[in-house]
Amino acid sequence: MLEYTEKIREISQKLLKDSKVDMVIGFRKGTVPMMNEPTFIRNANEVGQLIWDSNCGINLANYLTGRKEKIGIVAKGCDSRNIVVHLVENKVNRDNLHIIGVPCKGMIDRRKIGVIYGEEILNVVEDGEKIVVEGDGDEKVYDKKDVLQENCAICIHRNPVIYDELVADLVEEQKDVDRYEDVRKIESMPPDEKWAYFEGLLKNCIRCYACRNACPLCYCPTCFVDESRPQWVGKSIDPVDTRTFHFLRAYHCAGRCTDCGACERVCPVGINVRAFTKKLEKDVKELYDWEIGLDPNVRPPLDVYKTQDPEDFIK
Amino acid sequence: MKVLKITKEDLAKGLDTLNKSFRLIGPVKDKDEEFHNFEELGQGELPDFNFRNTRLSPKSIVYPQSEKMFEYTLDSNDPEHDILIEVKKEPSPQVVVGIRPCDAKAFSLVKLNFDTPEYKDPYWLRRFEATTLLGLACHNPCSSCFCASAGSGPFNTESLDMLLVEEQGGYLAQVLTKKGEELAHTAGWTDEAGSDAQKQIDTMKEAAEKRIKSQISTDNLKNKLDMEIYEEPYWEDVSFSCINCGTCTYLCPTCWCFDVQDETCGNCGIRMRNWDSCMYPLFSLHGSGHNPRGEKLHRVRQRFMHKLKYYVDKYDSGIQCVGCGRCVNHCPVNIDIRRVCELMNRSEVCPVTTE
Repeated sequence: MLEYTEKIREISQKLLKDSKVDMVIGFRKGTVPMMNEPTFIRNANEVGQLIWDSNCGINLANYLTGRKEKIGIVAKGCDSRNIVVHLVENKVNRDNLHIIGVPCKGMIDRRKIGVIYGEEILNVVEDGEKIVVEGDGDEKVYDKKDVLQENCAICIHRNPVIYDELVADLVEEQKDVDRYEDVRKIESMPPDEKWAYFEGLLKNCIRCYACRNACPLCYCPTCFVDESRPQWVGKSIDPVDTRTFHFLRAYHCAGRCTDCGACERVCPVGINVRAFTKKLEKDVKELYDWEIGLDPNVRPPLDVYKTQDPEDFIK
Repeated sequence: MKVLKITKEDLAKGLDTLNKSFRLIGPVKDKDEEFHNFEELGQGELPDFNFRNTRLSPKSIVYPQSEKMFEYTLDSNDPEHDILIEVKKEPSPQVVVGIRPCDAKAFSLVKLNFDTPEYKDPYWLRRFEATTLLGLACHNPCSSCFCASAGSGPFNTESLDMLLVEEQGGYLAQVLTKKGEELAHTAGWTDEAGSDAQKQIDTMKEAAEKRIKSQISTDNLKNKLDMEIYEEPYWEDVSFSCINCGTCTYLCPTCWCFDVQDETCGNCGIRMRNWDSCMYPLFSLHGSGHNPRGEKLHRVRQRFMHKLKYYVDKYDSGIQCVGCGRCVNHCPVNIDIRRVCELMNRSEVCPVTTE
């Protein structure tokens, strides 16, 4: 990862020095284990703050929304796909972007490692494909592939789909991945079990909206849950309102979600938020053979009308 | 102050007795085994003391996230239509078992807001008065705990009625208030510890305090001018990564802001209050459509200014933070209050120009 970091700094320094961009958006080292903080660098002398490792799971496309400056942005596969979504949805101008592509081998799951290590973690070091965890218990070494975020473990677009330069050679994409094993499991449940599953999923929700706010797709000027004239959704933690929020948000992301996993990563109470969006991703794949965020010149199926549409209801 | 000796068996037995006359609330591990939270303990259910800090603070035990205050009817045939009728609720006596000293101390900070000479918040106060806090000293603070430099500490007794200090085979228990005495009496905890018990506790306290590695400095906050900190250029850097979610405020044991909402269904309605967060744009949105804190920089700055400067000035006290570390560990983008506090507290020295 050190090579990635050095290359990101080198590219960023050049971009800033040559005034090609006003700022570079990337990550700086976090203050607690397995956390990095999204940051911006305006001064070429400060590029030393930028780093790259397996704790860069936040989707940086979220920081582009509505910005007018010329921006250099560090983008792994999913970030780049969300940049494409932003381009398609006119949230950012391609001419203002210099995309520093990062071929990615997945981000590690802080929560999962916390659970399997069991004690307080004081430091985590990456050593190639190994993750070394130091803490109150004995030092433990895990294979990175065993502690990946779930969305990374089944990712089929690790390489940036759009970029101006790359920090390293492209990595091999994962083949023969079964992306929807978990969705099929839920689909096969009888209704009452399904109901109980989703009820259980949301029992800890505190309506903090971290999932929504970490999502690059959620850029509505006023979210439907914040609308007050009229108010659509109650603001208490009544389960009906909590469900309304999660279900509707998922539908708003149908055919747009890249499964970057930011929503799940940021949830402070460990809700498996992707359980909502993935079913819709699967449906869109099966109904329209569509994967979002691969081509900025093609509009997604749910926002186009075609006269030759085979479905009767639309005619 | 009395110090009792309570064996593990006596604790379990005592809690069982208490459970008959009190609502008992204690740390319980969530079933997906990721974290502990405070939950009501059923008959025979014991708290799980094998935890560092619960994921959510126990503030909701006194100050629920959603709370019904009034009921009303819109039915014009009803003689009480269009009248807000207070929900009569005498809170049942409750005991929080195993609350950490930092979380207990947080109640005393929050009390300054809900219990002033001018205004008394009946909902918060009634519940607080009905609550007995049976604390659990921290032998192994987390690496992100900075309670000792935030006016609290791993053995801090402020707001507590009793403090349990774990030792071999059981606990030493400091009985701190009259409520604590009554609790010990009801539970049947009567064995007084030997004369050196207090000394033992002091030794363990010192050892625990030494284990706290994380610190903040707050000494300059009071003397600095509001505007001096307010106008600092670092706020852009501090706020950049913020996604304006409510994690920090909702997990924080000292954040107290709420919003009042009416919810009507058919002809019946309730007025309730819900936790609110200064991180949300809606928090400060005026009826006119103007938002005085329209940018996220304004909102992030507000949170830190409130906790570390306005509170200090208004109440002539320490900061509105007990150093529990929840926001540090769970901020989705790693905004660290310790780092922000250092920035706010640093003393400015005019650079010497060499020209």
